[in-house]
Amino acid sequence: MSGPTTLGSRLRRVRGLGSAREGAARWWAQRLTAIALVPLVFWFVASLAALSGAGHGEVVAWLRGPIAPVAMIALLVVGFHHLQLGLQEVIEDYVHTEAAKFTLIIAIKGGAALAALVSILSVLRIALGS
Amino acid sequence: MAQDDRPLSPHLQVYRPQFTSVLSILHRMTGVALGLGALLLVYWLAAAAAGPQWFAGARAVAGSWFGWLVLLGFTWALFYHLCNGIRHLFWDIGMGFELTTARLTGWCAVLASLALTGAAWVVGMVGLGGIP
Repeated sequence: MSGPTTLGSRLRRVRGLGSAREGAARWWAQRLTAIALVPLVFWFVASLAALSGAGHGEVVAWLRGPIAPVAMIALLVVGFHHLQLGLQEVIEDYVHTEAAKFTLIIAIKGGAALAALVSILSVLRIALGS
Repeated sequence: MAQDDRPLSPHLQVYRPQFTSVLSILHRMTGVALGLGALLLVYWLAAAAAGPQWFAGARAVAGSWFGWLVLLGFTWALFYHLCNGIRHLFWDIGMGFELTTARLTGWCAVLASLALTGAAWVVGMVGLGGIP
């Protein structure tokens, strides 16, 4: 009765990782990033609204302030992580050919990482004033 | 492949769209759209880092009527995804599944997203001197 009725080992089940060995890690990461994004998005939209029509000098001065570079890099890291998790879920739900699914997921993960890198380096270049 | 012939969940083609299902698919559509919006943010930041000439180019794109339309769309998509995402977080802890509650919170998400979009753009317009 208490025999192995599931594929995962008992140790895996105790750890909450299941037979797929990943468990709810991705689901949990999506929720944690979602919660973190709520204040970050409000900050972002409020900042951009206040910056409407701003020229290069004003934007540079803003990104050299005490809060903007920290919040912007947090938004980029958390935002792109959330984005690639969400897009992967969409692809897994709608793309059912293995080759296309595999290719798209790699493209999404690589593209999100590259976009995050480019934008974070841009913020750092401005904030550190080179 | 044989699996291509099988009907796939969630059988979109046999369901009559309802308010809650439309909101659900809108959550995904705005999420995917925000992926494109994120690329605009990358362009804007990279242009600011590249120097005043590059930034002037990005500013001209954003300041055109088409740029405004796109930015307005992304503002709403962002706020809708945020508001409806909060609904999802409540569902995750087991709250709000009753049909009347789900409809009510759905309307809250729609109206809040419109109000927040309006508020952000009014602040932005005041900054531009567009509204006296």
